[in-house]
Amino acid sequence: MWQWFHKLGSPKWFYGIAGRLMPWFLVSGLALMATGIVWGLGFAPADYLQGNSYRIIFIHVPTAFLAQAAYVMMAVAALVTLVWRMKLADVFVRAVAPVGAVITFLALFTGAVWGKPTWGTWWIWDARLTSMLILLFLYFGVIALGNAIADEKSSARAVAVLVLVGVVNIPIIKYSVEWWNTLHQPATLKLTEKPSMPPEMWVPLVLSILGLYLLFGWLACYRMKTEILFRERRSRWVQALVQSDV
Amino acid sequence: MQRLPRLAPSQAGVPVLPACLALIRRDLLASLRQRQDLFNPLLFFLMVVSLFPLGVSPERSFLQEAGGGILWVAALLATLLSLDHLFRHDFEEGVLEQMLLQPQPLYLLVLAKVFAHWLVTGLPLLLMAPLLGLMLQLDGNSIGVLCLTLLVGTPVLSFVGAIGAALTLGLRSAGILLSLLIIPLYIPVLIFGTGAVMAARDGMPVTPHLALLGAMLVLALTCAPFATAAALRISVSNG
Repeated sequence: MWQWFHKLGSPKWFYGIAGRLMPWFLVSGLALMATGIVWGLGFAPADYLQGNSYRIIFIHVPTAFLAQAAYVMMAVAALVTLVWRMKLADVFVRAVAPVGAVITFLALFTGAVWGKPTWGTWWIWDARLTSMLILLFLYFGVIALGNAIADEKSSARAVAVLVLVGVVNIPIIKYSVEWWNTLHQPATLKLTEKPSMPPEMWVPLVLSILGLYLLFGWLACYRMKTEILFRERRSRWVQALVQSDV
Repeated sequence: MQRLPRLAPSQAGVPVLPACLALIRRDLLASLRQRQDLFNPLLFFLMVVSLFPLGVSPERSFLQEAGGGILWVAALLATLLSLDHLFRHDFEEGVLEQMLLQPQPLYLLVLAKVFAHWLVTGLPLLLMAPLLGLMLQLDGNSIGVLCLTLLVGTPVLSFVGAIGAALTLGLRSAGILLSLLIIPLYIPVLIFGTGAVMAARDGMPVTPHLALLGAMLVLALTCAPFATAAALRISVSNG
């Protein structure tokens, strides 16, 4: 166990393992996502209340899940950076922050598209929407602070502190629909309860959620590999790698 | 710059409380001698508030509707402006490094420093708010609630802002970056601060909003100095 943990600290080792894992992430992610989307958009039954407009759920809910999960993962990595000073954890935070920002934007955008037919408006200052918007700002802040500090070590730790401070927003998002009486509907899926939807609806939803997570894993590996190459550009193994490619 | 009284003596074993009190006294004296730092946020507060009746509408009904929010947004921005030099003078003159080397826990020293900052910026804003509330046609009850929310809310702004000030210390475009990092964290305070004023105007109970603001204050008081202390260590080792 500990040996594995120490190996994770080596960028070179991670570069190799990520390269081997990526095809699996990509293929399984694409397959699950495609199944979920085609099933959900084409074959799942229409909702008795919202008709066909509910179908955006198969895109909206996965992005909304991942937008928060990515931040939580970043917070865990930030803690690792501060406690164990592990370089790879910081590489993860840097690589994932822009992805998280894009996913959060997608969640907000698909939510707006869904809001138009169901609520009759693109945007409303509802608690969950506002807290998701804050999440987007937090991602922007993390990216901006990371770019502003030149020194690699202190930039890593400063970003880690900021990520950990911002994590207070996650429970606010999570419980916003329960604490405040707002337009947004309560959680679609819960781990602890039986879904209120028929299986023809929730199975494709779960598939597309899993698919998006796997694709996120692929993208994170890809971006981490790039970041590692850049950071280790002076090391011997990277130079050997680049020369063998040419 | 004029000479300032020395920071707490640096021998080990100085009790924590006198050290913190000395730090607060020193910071208050420093801002009394740098009057600009003291008055600029207040002037800014006054000017931002006066933009709204001129820019949006001087109608009594609009001002009563939006007054609480206007005052809160202006107070938030004024605090944000004042944060940039919370640690900057000390950082540039090497006082901050001395502070990190003190035997007393950095947590408490940060607490003292942020408290001094609140006394110099938050408290004057709070004292000026009733006057501006009258100018915005708020009724007496709303003004009372507004002051109460500012009393609980502005310390949260100072504590959370200190984290951002410590993180951006020594960076070139610190001011704008500080706003980017901190505004998202200020939004909940703003929501409940204005929520209480709205509730007061509509004759609804204000205690839930105030209780949540109080909870935020407790959270900020207990957690924010830790983050600030960590950020200060990072920034000083960087500079």
